[in-house]
Amino acid sequence: MKIKALTANEAMAEAMRQINPDVVAAYPITPATEIVQHFASFVADGLVTTEFVPVESEHSAMSACIGAAAAGARVMTSTASQGLALMHEVLYIAAALRLPIVICEINRALSAPINIHCDHSDTFGARDSGWIQIYSEDSQEAYDSVIQAVKIAEEAFLPVMVTADGFILSHAMQRIEVLEDEEVKEFLGEPKTPYTVLDTDNPITVGPLDLQDYFFEHKRQEAEAMRLAPPIIEKVGKEFGERFGRYYGLVDPYRLEDAEVAVVVMGSTAGTAKEVVDKLREEGKPAGLLRMRVLRPLPLKEIVENLRDKKVIGVMDRAEGMSGFGGPLYTEIRSGLYDVPSHPPLYNYIYGLGGRDIKPEEIEEIFKELFDAAAGKEIPRVNYKGVRE
Amino acid sequence: MPFDLKELSKEKDLFAPGHRACAGCGPAIVMRQIMAVAGKDTVVGFATGCMEVVSTIFPYTAWRVPYIHVAFENAAAVISGVEAAYKALKRKGKINKKINFIAIAGDGGTYDIGIQALSGALERGHNFLYVCYDNQAYMNTGIQRSGATPLGAHTTTSPAGDVIPGKVQWRKDLTEIVAAHGIPYAAQASPSHWNDLMEKVKKALETEGPAFINVLAPCPVGWYFSPERTIKIAKLAVDTLFWPLYEVENGKHRITYKPRKPKPVEEWLKEQGRFRHLFQEKNRWIIEEFQRQVNERWERLLRLEEASL
Repeated sequence: MKIKALTANEAMAEAMRQINPDVVAAYPITPATEIVQHFASFVADGLVTTEFVPVESEHSAMSACIGAAAAGARVMTSTASQGLALMHEVLYIAAALRLPIVICEINRALSAPINIHCDHSDTFGARDSGWIQIYSEDSQEAYDSVIQAVKIAEEAFLPVMVTADGFILSHAMQRIEVLEDEEVKEFLGEPKTPYTVLDTDNPITVGPLDLQDYFFEHKRQEAEAMRLAPPIIEKVGKEFGERFGRYYGLVDPYRLEDAEVAVVVMGSTAGTAKEVVDKLREEGKPAGLLRMRVLRPLPLKEIVENLRDKKVIGVMDRAEGMSGFGGPLYTEIRSGLYDVPSHPPLYNYIYGLGGRDIKPEEIEEIFKELFDAAAGKEIPRVNYKGVRE
Repeated sequence: MPFDLKELSKEKDLFAPGHRACAGCGPAIVMRQIMAVAGKDTVVGFATGCMEVVSTIFPYTAWRVPYIHVAFENAAAVISGVEAAYKALKRKGKINKKINFIAIAGDGGTYDIGIQALSGALERGHNFLYVCYDNQAYMNTGIQRSGATPLGAHTTTSPAGDVIPGKVQWRKDLTEIVAAHGIPYAAQASPSHWNDLMEKVKKALETEGPAFINVLAPCPVGWYFSPERTIKIAKLAVDTLFWPLYEVENGKHRITYKPRKPKPVEEWLKEQGRFRHLFQEKNRWIIEEFQRQVNERWERLLRLEEASL
C-alpha cells in the first residue's frame, strides 16, 4: 500500500492502470479528460498492455467497448455529461447484451445552457439504461469502487458506471491509499466474460432482431439480473474490505440509528453534510444522514430499514428531474418508503446545479427547516437551495 | 486467379438460405458473394438495415460465422472494438488464428448516419474490411431518400410530385470520400460482375489495414423493377458508366472493367419505376443532367487512372 496525493481523475486512471484492461476505447470530455490522458500516457510508456482505441466520439467509444467486450475482452472507458448522453442509445445495448463494461464517469451538468461543472443530471439520465450505478463520496472511494466495479460487472454480467463529482472530486487533490499492483491483480483474477464472437468454430449471433415472441422474455431476464445484483455488490464490497480494510455497502448510513431527522444525499456533498450532522449532534439535535452509494439497482430494503422510523426526511437532489414533482432522487426515496405503513413525511431540496457550491450553513438551514417540520410547522414539499429567485 | 463457379457451388453458404429477404434481393446476393471469399474464420459486424432484419430474426440466424449487430450508425466502431480485442488477446497468447473482420452496412448506415464512425475507424487504421451494400435509399424503413439516392429518383421522402420531380440533389461519391482517407484499399463493385467483386473482397481481406468496398445492390421493391431483373439492372448500371468498377490501391486508381461501348444512362433509368416520371417531357432535362454528370465523373475517373500510371 502506498499513500499518494491524487485527484479523483488521477485515482481512477491509476485504478485503470492497475486493472490493465484488454481494451480501452475513450474520448476526451471535461471534466473526465484527464482520465483518458493519463491512461494514454500509461499506454505510451508501456505501463499497460491495453489496446487503446482513441475513438472519434463517445457513441463510438461505447460501440467499440461493446464490440470488444463481445469478443471476450475486459473493457473500460471514461466519460462525463454530454458524452454519456451521446452514449445513451448504446448504453442500453451494452446492458441488454450483458457485457461487463466499466465506465469511470465524472458527474457534470447537462446542457443547455452549457456548463462544465458538477451535478448529477448526466447519470440520472442514464438511470434506466440497465447499468449498475455507484456514486463516490471522495476520491478514495472512486478509486476503490472502480476496482470493485470490474469484479461486480463480471459476476453480475451487467455493466457498471462509477461516478465522481466533476471538479469537486475530479480535480481536487486528496490523500489516497493506493493498493499494490499485485493486490489488484489478485483481487480481480482473470477476466470473466459471458461469450465471445472470436470463436469462429462455434459461431454465435449477437444482437438479433427480437420481436413480440421473445423480446419480453429477454427483457425479463435482464431485469432479473439487476434484481440479483445487490448481494453481488455487497459481497464484493465486503471482500474488498476484508482484504484492504475499507468496507463498502449499498448505502452509507451516518449517525442515523437514533436520528429523528435525516437527510438523504449522494456524492461529495455527503462529506460536507456529515460535518453538519456532527455539529448538530454536538448541539444535542438528533440529526442523521443516509448516503446512497448505489442508485441502480435501487437498494429498496436499505432505504426502508434506515429511514422507516424517522420523523422527517429531507432528500437532497443535485439534479432537476423536470417532473414538476421534485428531483429524481426524491421520487425514488419517496417511492421506496411507500410500503412503510406510516411513512415519514419527505421534503426535497434541489441544490448545486451546474456546480453551484453547497455550503455547510445551507445544509444547516435545511436541517433547521426539517426540524421545524418535525415540530409541526408547514414547509414546502419541494425547495431549491442556493438559487436566486 | 479467377474464382471458379463450379468449385464455389460445392461450398456451404456462410450466409445461409432461409432468411427473409424479398425475391430478387440484390443485397442478399452480395452477402453470399462476400462470404464465399471470406470463409469461416470471419467475424461480421452489422449495422441495422434490411440485411440485418431479414437474416437474424430470433431464434433463427442466417449467419454461419460469428455475427454482431449493435445499432444503425456504429458498425465501423463496433468492429473496431472487436478487432482491438482480437489484437489484445492475441498479444496475450489467448488466440492465435487469423480472423477476418468485416463490417457491413447499407447506404443509410454508411453514407449518412454511420459516416462519422466509418471515417474514425478508417483514420485509426484498424485491420478490417467495410462493405457498403448500396441500394440507394433507406429500404428497411420503406424507401426513404439517402445521401446515396441518385438525382431524380422517386422515394417516399423525395416523392415525384407535381412541383418537385423526385430527388433534386446528386448523390455523394462515397467511394472517393473513403479513398481520400488514404487507406490502402478502396473499391467499387457490382454483383453482376461477381468475379470482379470477389477478387476485390479477396484483395481487401489480404490488405493490412482498413479496406472498403462499395457494392451496388439493386432493390426490386425500392427501385420498382421485377425481381428476376436484379442482375440485369446491376449490369446496366456498370455498362452505362453510372457505377464504374474500379479500385484505389495505395492511392492509385485503376478501372477494373471498361465497357467497350458504354450505353446511354437512359437505358438504366428506363428499367426502373423510380425514374419513370423523368420520361415526361417536362422532366427530360433531368435525364440530360444525369447523363452530363455521369460523363463528367467517368472522365474524371479516367484522368485519375491515367495519373496513377
